[in-house]
Order: sequence, then C-alpha cells, then structure tokens
Amino acid sequence: MIRMGLGAISALAIAMGLGFIAPAEAGPTLDKVKQAGAISCGVQTGVAGYAQPDSQGVYTGFNVDICHALSAAVFGDPTKVKFVPLTAQQRFTALQSGEVDLLSNNTTWTLQRDTELGLNFAPVVFYDGQGFMVTKKSGVKSAKELNGATICVAPGTTTELNLADYFRANKMEFKPVVIEKLDELTGAFFSGRCDAYTTDASALAAVRIGRASNPDDYVILPERISKEPLAPVVRHGDEQWFDIVRWVVYALIEAEEKGITQKNLDDMAKSEDPTVKRILGATPGMGKALGLDEKWAFNEVKAVGNYGEIFERNLGMAGPLKLDRGLNNLWTKGGLIYAMPIR
Amino acid sequence: MASDTAGALRPKRPPPWHDPAVRGVVFQILFVAAVVAAGGFLVHNTLANLERQNIATGFGFLGREAAFGIGESLILYSPADSYARAFLVGLTNTLYVAALGIVLATILGTVMGLARLSSNWLIAKLAQIYVETFRNIPLALQLFFWWGLLRWSAPAPRQAWQPLADVFVSNRGIVFPVPREDPAHPWMLLALVIGIVGAWAIARWARLRQARTGRPFPSGWAGLALVFGLPLAVFLAAGAPLRLDVPALHGFNFTGGTAVSPEFAALLFGLVIYTGSFIAEIVRAGILAVSWGQSEAALALGLTAWQRMRLVVLPQALRVIVPPMTSQYLSLTKNSSLAVIIGFPDLVSVANTTINQTGQAVEGIAMIMAVYLAISLVISALMNLYNRAVALVER
Amino acid sequence: MPNIMTTGIAHELPVPAEAPPPRTHGPIGWLRANLFNSLFNTVLTLVALYFLAMTIPPVIRWALIDAVWTAPSGQACRGAMGQEGGACWAFIGEKLRFILFGRFPYAEQWRPLVVVVIFVALILLSCDRRLWGRRLPVLWLLGLAAVGVLMWGGVFGLSTVDTMLWSGLPLTLIFSVVGIVFAFPFGILLALGRRSRLPAVRAISVGYIELVRGVPLITVLFMASVMLPLFLPSGFTIDKLLRAQIAFILFAAAYLAEVIRGGLQAIPTGQIEAADALGLGYWQRTRLIVLPQALAMVIPPLVNTFIGTFKDTSLVIIIGLFDLLGTVNAALADANWQGFYVEAYVVAAAIYWSFCFFMSRYSQILEREFNKSRRR
Repeated sequence: MIRMGLGAISALAIAMGLGFIAPAEAGPTLDKVKQAGAISCGVQTGVAGYAQPDSQGVYTGFNVDICHALSAAVFGDPTKVKFVPLTAQQRFTALQSGEVDLLSNNTTWTLQRDTELGLNFAPVVFYDGQGFMVTKKSGVKSAKELNGATICVAPGTTTELNLADYFRANKMEFKPVVIEKLDELTGAFFSGRCDAYTTDASALAAVRIGRASNPDDYVILPERISKEPLAPVVRHGDEQWFDIVRWVVYALIEAEEKGITQKNLDDMAKSEDPTVKRILGATPGMGKALGLDEKWAFNEVKAVGNYGEIFERNLGMAGPLKLDRGLNNLWTKGGLIYAMPIR
Repeated sequence: MASDTAGALRPKRPPPWHDPAVRGVVFQILFVAAVVAAGGFLVHNTLANLERQNIATGFGFLGREAAFGIGESLILYSPADSYARAFLVGLTNTLYVAALGIVLATILGTVMGLARLSSNWLIAKLAQIYVETFRNIPLALQLFFWWGLLRWSAPAPRQAWQPLADVFVSNRGIVFPVPREDPAHPWMLLALVIGIVGAWAIARWARLRQARTGRPFPSGWAGLALVFGLPLAVFLAAGAPLRLDVPALHGFNFTGGTAVSPEFAALLFGLVIYTGSFIAEIVRAGILAVSWGQSEAALALGLTAWQRMRLVVLPQALRVIVPPMTSQYLSLTKNSSLAVIIGFPDLVSVANTTINQTGQAVEGIAMIMAVYLAISLVISALMNLYNRAVALVER
Repeated sequence: MPNIMTTGIAHELPVPAEAPPPRTHGPIGWLRANLFNSLFNTVLTLVALYFLAMTIPPVIRWALIDAVWTAPSGQACRGAMGQEGGACWAFIGEKLRFILFGRFPYAEQWRPLVVVVIFVALILLSCDRRLWGRRLPVLWLLGLAAVGVLMWGGVFGLSTVDTMLWSGLPLTLIFSVVGIVFAFPFGILLALGRRSRLPAVRAISVGYIELVRGVPLITVLFMASVMLPLFLPSGFTIDKLLRAQIAFILFAAAYLAEVIRGGLQAIPTGQIEAADALGLGYWQRTRLIVLPQALAMVIPPLVNTFIGTFKDTSLVIIIGLFDLLGTVNAALADANWQGFYVEAYVVAAAIYWSFCFFMSRYSQILEREFNKSRRR
C-alpha cells in the first residue's frame, strides 16, 4: 500500500513539475488587470507628498494619484488599485515578475534601466534634481563645502552614483553611510550620524517636513547635482499597456493645458473646442484606439483632477511640502511639462 | 534431479516490482527526475523571464566601473574601481568583523562560562543574568540598540569626548592614533614571526623533555617573552622610532589616525555579546561534563588550581566544547550579514548595492551564497582539524 | 596508663580559649561561604558590587524617578524630564498599539489582539504533557484556522484586511509558528533522506541541508523576496508575506532536519532489527517504531530551534515587512517623537525576551526530566 502510495506521489510530483514547465502564457497586462479587477501599483514605503500611508493604511500622494488616474481610465473607478509598498531594491523585480503592473515611485529614467533592466518609461511626471540637506547649525552654504563630509544615502539608487560622481568631479572626499530602509536612514541623519543627507530635492523637502522634529533646523543646499526625470515605469514588451500608461499621463497634462479641472469638467464636456471634445470623449475614437472606454480621460480628471491640481494638492502650496512648480510647470508657462497631442 | 531440488529450495525470485533493489533504483530515478524537473522548471522560467524582459545576464558586470562609494574599507577603493573590487572590499570587511568577532566572543564566552561556575554567588548570578538576557533577544534588535546608543548618545565631532589624549569618541566613531609607517616595521614583523616559531619550538621541546624526564619547563612564559620580546628588541634597536599619526578635527571630521565607525563598533559589539552568551553556555556544559572525580584526583595529586584546569579539566572539556563551538563560529559569521541593517559595508551590503545598480539579482545572490558556503566550509574544516587534535585518542 | 596520665595532666593545665568555628549558617555564614571565601573571591565580589552600585541607581533613576509618564509630544516629554534626562514612557504609551499591531486597521485591532492571545494559549497548552498526543495537533489546527479567519476576515461579518497591513507582534508569531509547523514534515523527510540507503536521495538531502545551513538567512530572504518572482512563470505571483513565509519554512526545515537526525541516530539498531523481524516495511517501520522514539528524544532541541526561528523573524525588516521590530523602527521615525530609541527597544526586547525566556526555561526543564527517565 505504502509503496504504491509513494510511487503515486513521485509520479504526481513529476507530472506536476512537467505541467508547470509549460510556462503560463504571459497575458497582456490590460487583460490581466481587468481579470483581477484591480491595478497593482508599486509605490514607496512612505514619503510625504508622494506616497504615504495614513494610520489606516490608506495611501495618499502625488504618485498615488497617478495610479488612481490610471484606474479611473481603465475601470471608470479610481479605487480599483492595490498599492504595493516597495523598497528601492525590490521595485524592479516586483515589476519584472508581474507582482505590480506599474511603478509609480519616483524612479529616475536612465539609459541602463531602460535597456538592461527591461523597463519602459512612461512620460516624465516630475523633473527633479539631486540636492543635499544639512543642519542649519553646521553653517554650510554650498555643496562645494562638503569636502570630507559623511553623507547618508540610500543604496541602489541613481542618487548613490551621482553622489560619487559629483565628489569625483570636484576632487572632494566623502564617506557614505548606506542604509536601505528610509526609517533607519533618516534616523541616522537626524541623530547627527551624517553631515548631509542626499536624495532628490523634492524628497529632501518631504523628509524635512515629514520627519524632522523641527524642520527649521535643516536647510537644503542650492546645488542640484544631477538631472532626475521621474517617471512611471512599466514592463518591457507590452506595448498596449505602455501606451495606456503613457497617454493617461499625457491626458492629465493636456487637461491642465486646456483648462479642464475637476470642477468645470461637466461644463467642459459640453465645450465646442474640438481638442477638448476629443480628450473628453465627446468625439469618439481616442478611447477605442487605446482599448479603453471613450470617457477614459473624463474619468481621470473627474477622479483626481488635472496635472496641475494633482501637483498643487500633494506637493504644492495646498500640500505639506510647498514646492514651487519650477521645471514642472507647463511648457507654456516656462516649464518642461508638455503633452503630445491627443488626436 | 539435482537441479530440481535446488530449484525447490531456492526462494522464488520475487517479481521485479517487489524486489527491494529494483524498487530502490526505480524510486531513486523517479526522485532525481522530480528534483531535476523542478530545478529545470525554475531555471527555465528564470531564463524565459530574463529573456522576455530583456534583462542582461552573466558576470560581465564585474569588470565595469562600480561608481558608488563605500564608507570603510581595508583595501584601497574608490568609485572608479570595478564591481569586482567592490565585492572584494565587502568580503574583506566581512572576514575582518567575523574574525575579530570570533576571537572576542570566545574570550567573553569563556570568561562568562567560567564565571557561571564560580563559587562566588554574586559573580555566578551576574554571569547568569548576562547569558539569559542576551541569548533571548534577537540580534537584529540588539544591533539597532547599540547603533542607536552610539549615534544618539555620543557628541558631534566638534564636541568629541576625549577619554585619553588623542583618542576621540564622537557620533562618527572612535578615532585613535596609529604609528606612522617606518622602515623598522617589516623587521619587527619578521621578529614576531621568528618569535612565534621559537615559542612553538620551545613548547614542543619542553613537552618532549617533560615526557622523557618528568621535569616541567615554563614554556608559556618563555614563549611569551619570545613573541613580544623579539619585536620589542628590534624596535629599541632601531632607536624606538615611534611617530604617531595623530587625529585632528579638520572640517567635518577627524583626519589622521584610524577610526572605528559606529556601524562597525555596533556590529562587532552586538555579535560578540550575543554569541558570547551562547559560548558561555557551551563552555559551562563542557566543564560540567568532566566528572568531579577527575578534579578530585587532580587535587589528590597536589596540582594547583591552574594546573588542574589546564592539564586535567580543559583537555577533557574541549572534546565536548569544540563541536558546538564550531557551529557558533559559523553562525557568528553568517550573522555578520546583519551589517546591512545598520549600514556597515559588508559583503551582503555591497552585493545588495551592486544588485540594485546592475539589476542582476541572480548573479549577485549566487555570489553571496558561494562566498558564505566557502567560508562555512573553511571554518568547519579548520575546526575539524582542531577537533581531531583534542579528540580522545583511543589506545 | 600513660594515656590516663596525659589526660589527667591536660585537665590540670589551663587551656587557651579558641575562637569559635566560622559560622556556616545564617546570613553571615552564607556571605562568608558564597562571597568572601577567598581573597580572590573577595576582590571579585567587591568589583561586582562596585559595578552594581555604578549601574543600578542611574538605571532606576532613568527608568522610574526621572521618567515622564504622560506628555503630548516628544518636545513636551523632553521639557518635563529635567536636566539629567529620564525615560519618556509617554512615547510608549502613545505608540504601544502601533508597535504591537502596526498598520492593521485601527478599529479592528481587537482581532490581532485575539490572535496573540490564541498563540500564547496554544503555546501554554502545548507545555501541558497531558495533552500531548492526538489532541494537541487538533487544537493547533483549530487555533491556526481561527488565526487565519481573524487576520484575513471576509467571513462572519469581519472586514477583509489585506496582508500588506498585517504587522507587529501577530506577524512575528505567525511567521515563526507557521514556519515551524510547515517546516516540520519537510524536516522529517530531509532527515530520513539523509539517513537513507539510497545514494541519490541521500546526496540530494545532504546537499539541500548543507546548502541552506551554510548561507545566512538574509540571503534566503533576499532570494524569496527578490528572486522568487523570477523563478515562477510570468503572470504568476505570490503574496509578499507568503514569500517571506516560504523562506522561513525552507530555512527552518534544514535546521529541523539536523535536529531530527540526531534523534534518528540515537535509536538503537535493535529497534530497527526488531521491526524488520516483524516484517514491517520501511514506511511502517519509520512511522510506527523509529519516528515516535526519535522525535520524543529531540523535543528540547526542537524547542530551541523554535526559539531561534522566533528571533530570526526579526530579519524580515530587511525585505520591508513590518514585524515587531519593523513597527518599532517605524514608530521611531515619527517626527514628533524622535530619539526615544532606548525606550522603544527596551519594550520590544522585553516582549521578545519573555517569549524566548519562557520557552528556553521550558526546554531546560523537559531536558532535565528526559535525562532523568533515560538514566533509569
């Protein structure tokens, strides 16, 4: 009896092994998402203004709203999102393996990531630059004075590389303190373990506001030592999903350009402007081209507002960080934010 | 006729599916096939996933410029060096902290183990409290605690404590002076090597002489004198060229001298205290395992307490102590990988950064595992050699 | 005769009064015997007393006298504690719920509380040897089922809680208990495999055990969190929590296998020969004769393996999960309460310690009793 059972078990094990070997066909992300009924969206573990869970575990922030917009465009409902907090180390494999359907977590667009990591970058949603934060007490006024400094930095980021590049280019020395988890890294800086903390300037502002016991004790130095174009990321090899994410972002920008806001949306839907009509689906065709509902962009703006509104609410004067639009203003207002034509 | 009887007597050969040998072979084939199939399945998936997503594979990245900084390093390193060199930095840091940790934990553990057996009630109780406290708290928590203590309690470099002249304690670590390089140093090193060889030779000679004539020789003291005396003699002969590289506050931090960072200090301290509590128990159990009769016999022979310990109890206790000690050394080495949570650039931390920068997780983790396996094998092999030396020689 | 003479003389001579023998009873006798019985011990005692006098009063002052018990924020706490600086237990008061249950929905936190109670009850019940046997596994199954229902929800009117929000002490307990429970059968198979006569089975078992035991847990966790998704067919994903759980199971199995092997090796050959003589097959022999004896023998080291796993769960902090240690660190990151790490770590250490200390004491008692019965 037992012998037979054993044989059966091995046979079963092999059969199962062989069965699994035929790889499950990689379905297009859109089908998978629709089947699952939710978009799995990779965000940071907690950066004020960008993606931060409240005490109930509900995420809010700029990156979170991008995911809500996508959900609104795909499902007509902004809440069909599952937020997956990821560390810098986990983010790419989480995307590659299909654990998340997009990363919306301040990932910098670089050549190597675009090619060797098998990623595709949607349009840039935030133009940033790397900066340094120091204590006011130290009296440091410029990054050029940081020779010999100990600097707190997160590993596995472009920040870590830019830091080394900057000090090499300026023939200065530094000692990095490298810790992966943000809680411990900022803890190290605020305890005085490091002379400076470096990351994207906007994230510095978030850390200063959200994690310093007295934000006025800290200053962010004026230098921006790198270009940090931050963009949502999708997997390489699924053009349809890539298109959807790309145009979801463009629609948010185009809506701001055309003056479509959450408030005046219903009035604008009756507009005679042919561009507005195309965006909001009054003139059909765009949604079909993307494989979405014709009201995709309408739903987006209804859910989270246009790009400018998302920015103001989370990062700008209405939010905790009080960041200036700067480079992130519309191209018509001297910034870099520019949408491709929706037609 | 004859063949007929033989046929009747010979047990009937069982059908192949009831023959244990045949079944064994078949079962093994099936088992191996299942394992290979499962492994092949995983490899196939991985390759397919990497291929589909256009992710680079192979170890080509090792030659590329690492381009990231490493906080502390025993060998020369700059961001312009290759990933391979960065790995080497991580490896030397791991080996350094593990080696130091093993030595210090052994000392602490032995002292505490003996203290638990002390006839002094207070000492025994204190040692017991130490053991029971630190054994039962996760190492990760202890590391965070020591690291926090060093960061938050120590002053900034400008207000550094100065327990000794030219020794500074601040939240950047402990900085102390080191002798500057001198032509006499290589000769002192040579003298040290000669001293060690000499001490070993004397110990051997003394043992042989004692076996032959029964007269003991204070080989321990003679050895010590050789090991420390010879380099000292060379040092004095060279005119005592002691020029210290004295640390001084310069800009943000101390320059000159040698620094022990809070991360390194917390890691070493945590590892030693945690592992020491386990070693104390092993030492105690080992000594208790030597029957009391042995000690009584030694007392009856008129041996002193030290001789009793050294000649009678310890050799027998070591047989019990060495095997579990090996596994403590192994776990200390593996636990040193917790460095990554407090930011000490050990092998795992550097490999972690490499994995993030290159995206080649499979290669990176394979390298970490290979290195730890190799270290484990080396430590096991060394301890096995030692174990053979102390094991009971059956006569 | 001469004897009588001498005694007679002795009686007549004045005998000098001798000092009474040293006391061996009472507190002074105890002190003399245990603390001051030699010069060396006297010195040691004095050093130890000095050490205690230097450390205990400041600790008491910090923890009790100068401590602040209630304060609305870290700033207020610092202001109230005076120059010397005491503990800010107000921080713990403010954050205790977060430290224990983390991000589990606030209104539903009675559920993880019940989970913790169930686990503690199960562990305590397991110590009662009258329950050992058929009943205990049933109890555990019921307990684990209740834990699953409480954590996930979705039935009996409980709201569904995403595994992302599981955190704190319940997570620590789930990782360690589920890890050991599932690693156990796997560990038995590995141990049997290592002692198997079949070379291929033996080689694979030895390879697995030594590979896993040779690498740090961190690498196994990395592999589970970063690489496991790459090993699986595309589109097939496993929950983050489950991945860490798998890592613990795989890791604990190798260590359990070695413990169980110790028990298998201690079984006298006679037992196996007797089983063979009865005509039992391999699996019958193993199930009925070998395993019951081997497992009973290794219960104390099994408890120690469980303690090890319990402490090891604190490493999930590396892969971004919030176990007890993770919630402590997250609580410390609050801008309003910065720098109260000693208070936070002391509380977390006390929680870990009470579990581990209790279990290790229990395993020591068991071991002593087992030794007693074996010696008989």
